[in-house]
Amino acid sequence: MIEHAFLVGFSKSFGLFYLIAMLVAVVIYAMKPSNKKRFDDASRSIFRDEAGPWQ
Amino acid sequence: MIAQLTLIERQRAILISLAVTVCGGLIIIVGRDDVMGVHGALIFLSGLLMIFRIGGSYYLPEPSGDRLAHYYDDPSKVGIILSMAWAVIGLAVGDWVAWQLVDPDLTFGVGWSSFGRLRPAHTTSVIFGFGGNALIATSFYVMQRTSRARLPDQVTPWFVVFGYNLFCLLAVTGYLMGITQSKEYAEPEWYTDLWLVVVWVTYFVLYLRTLARRKEPHIYVSNWYYMAFILVVAILHIVNNLAVPVSLGHSKSYSAFSGVQDAMTQWWYGHNAVAFFLTAGFLGMMYYFLPMRAGRPIFSYRMSIISFWGITFFYMWAGSHHLHYTALPQWVQTLGMTFSLMLLIPSWASAGNVLLTLNGAWDKVRDDATLRFMMVAGVFYGLTTFEGSFMAIRSVNSLSHYTDWTIGHVHAGALGWVAMITFGSIYACVPWLWKRERMYSPGLVEAHFWLALSGSVIYVFAMWNSGVVQGLMWRTYNESGTLAYSFIDTLIAMHPYYIARAVGGLLFLIGGCLGVYNIWMTIKVPGLSTNQASDVPQPAAVGAGVLQAAE
Repeated sequence: MIEHAFLVGFSKSFGLFYLIAMLVAVVIYAMKPSNKKRFDDASRSIFRDEAGPWQ
Repeated sequence: MIAQLTLIERQRAILISLAVTVCGGLIIIVGRDDVMGVHGALIFLSGLLMIFRIGGSYYLPEPSGDRLAHYYDDPSKVGIILSMAWAVIGLAVGDWVAWQLVDPDLTFGVGWSSFGRLRPAHTTSVIFGFGGNALIATSFYVMQRTSRARLPDQVTPWFVVFGYNLFCLLAVTGYLMGITQSKEYAEPEWYTDLWLVVVWVTYFVLYLRTLARRKEPHIYVSNWYYMAFILVVAILHIVNNLAVPVSLGHSKSYSAFSGVQDAMTQWWYGHNAVAFFLTAGFLGMMYYFLPMRAGRPIFSYRMSIISFWGITFFYMWAGSHHLHYTALPQWVQTLGMTFSLMLLIPSWASAGNVLLTLNGAWDKVRDDATLRFMMVAGVFYGLTTFEGSFMAIRSVNSLSHYTDWTIGHVHAGALGWVAMITFGSIYACVPWLWKRERMYSPGLVEAHFWLALSGSVIYVFAMWNSGVVQGLMWRTYNESGTLAYSFIDTLIAMHPYYIARAVGGLLFLIGGCLGVYNIWMTIKVPGLSTNQASDVPQPAAVGAGVLQAAE
C-alpha cells in the first residue's frame, strides 16, 4: 500500500526537479543557435506553394 | 461525397454503418426499460441512414486516380458546416438559459427545458459541437498541408466526423431526457463515453498515419498543438469517466472514484479540458491560419516551441485551483495555484506571438475583418489567461469562486478567444476550401465581427460586475456579526446584469447566424468561383509585410 506521506514526499522532490530539467532541455533546444535556420525554415514552410500533396 | 470513395471504401463504410446499426439494435433490446432504449433507437437510425445514403450511390463510377494529386478536403468541408450548425444551436440554447436566469418562468414548466438540463446542452453544443467540429475540420486541413501528404484513406476521416457528431447528439439528447453523470463538461453516461473512446482513438491513429506519410521533414508547430489536443483529451476522457454502470441495460453509472479523489479527478479533467481542448487545439489553428491570412510567418517560432512545452507540462497540475478551501489537502491547492501562476508565461508567449506577428501589418488588420477576428482572439487569450492565473490565487478565489465572475472569465475565453479564432479561421478557410476568391459578403463578415466583439464585451463586463457584487454581498457582515444580505438580496442586485448578459449573448448569436448565412451563400453562389488549380491557399507574398523604410 502506497502511503500518503510517500506520495507527498515524491511529488515535492522528484516532481520539482524533473520539471526544472524539462524546462532546461526545452530552452536549450529552442534557443540553440544551430537550430535557428531550421526554425526559420519551418515558420516559412507553410507558404511554399504546391499544387497538392507531394507524391 | 460518396462518388469520391472507391468501391472497397464504400463497402467498408457500409460495414461500419452496419456495425453501428447492430449496436443500436442491441441497445434498444437491453435498454428497453430505460431511457437508454431511446438512444439505442437514435444510434440504430443513424447507422441505417448512413447505409441507405452510401447504398444509394453505391453503383456510381469509381473516382479516377487524379484524386491522389489533391488533398482530401470533403471531411473538412462537412466538419465546418456541422460546426457552424452546432454554433447556432449552442448559442441559441445558451441565450435561452441566460433569459431563464432573468425570468425563471421561461422554462415553460416542462422537465426537459429546466435550467439544469439546458445548461449542459448549451456547454456541450458550443464546446464539443462547435469547437470540436471546427478543430477536427481544421486539423485535417492543416495536417495535410503542413505535412504535404494526403489523408491515408477516405473512410477513417468520415468515421471520425460522423462518429463524433453522433457522440454530440447522444450527449445533448441525453441531458434533455435527464441522463447525466453530473460531472461538468463530462456529463454523458458510460455508453456514450465508450463510443467517444472508439472515435477519438481512431482520430489519433489517423493523425499519426498522416504524419507518418509526411513529405516535409519538420513537423510544423500547429501539428504539435493538434496532437497534444487529441492525445491528452483521450487520456482525460478515459480516466475521468472510469465508472461502473448499474447494469448493461441502464444508463446510470457510478464513478470509480469517490469523495475528494472524485473531485480532484474531475477538476484535473475539467481544467485540462480547458487547456487541451479549448487552448492547445485552437492554438494549433491560430499558428496556421494567422500567418497564412496575414501573409507573414509567425514572429518567433522559438517562442512557439517554448510555449508549447510550457502549456503541456504546466496545465497538467493546475486543476486543483478549482478546489480551494475544500477537503483537498492544502499543499495540493497551493500546487495548483503555483502552476496556474506559472502558466502566465507560456500563455503570454503565445498571445505576444499573435500581436508581434501582426506588428507591421496593422493596415491589414484594419481592412480585413477576418484577420481582426484573429487579432482580437489573441488579445482575449492574453486577457483571459492573465485573469485565470489571478483567479487561481487562493485569496482572490475566496471572492470569485461560486460567483458569476467565474462565468465571466469562462466566456471571455470561450467567446473572446475560442469562438473568435474559430470564426477567423473558418472565414479564412471557406474560400480556400470551396475554391472561391473570397467570402460571399465581406460586409457580413465585418458585421459579424462587430456583433461578436460587442456581444463578448457586454457579456464579460456584465458578469464581472454581477460576480464581484455577488461575492462582496456574500462576505458582508453587520455590527452583530451576522451576514448583512440574504441570498434573495444578491439575486435582486444581480438582476440588471443578467439582462445585460442575455443581450450580449443575443448579439453574439445574431453574429453567428450572419456567419452561417454568409458561409452558405459562399458555397451556393458559383459566381465567385475561380479556377484555382492549387489546393494551397494563396497568401500575400511572404516578406511583403516586413518593415519598410518609412515605418
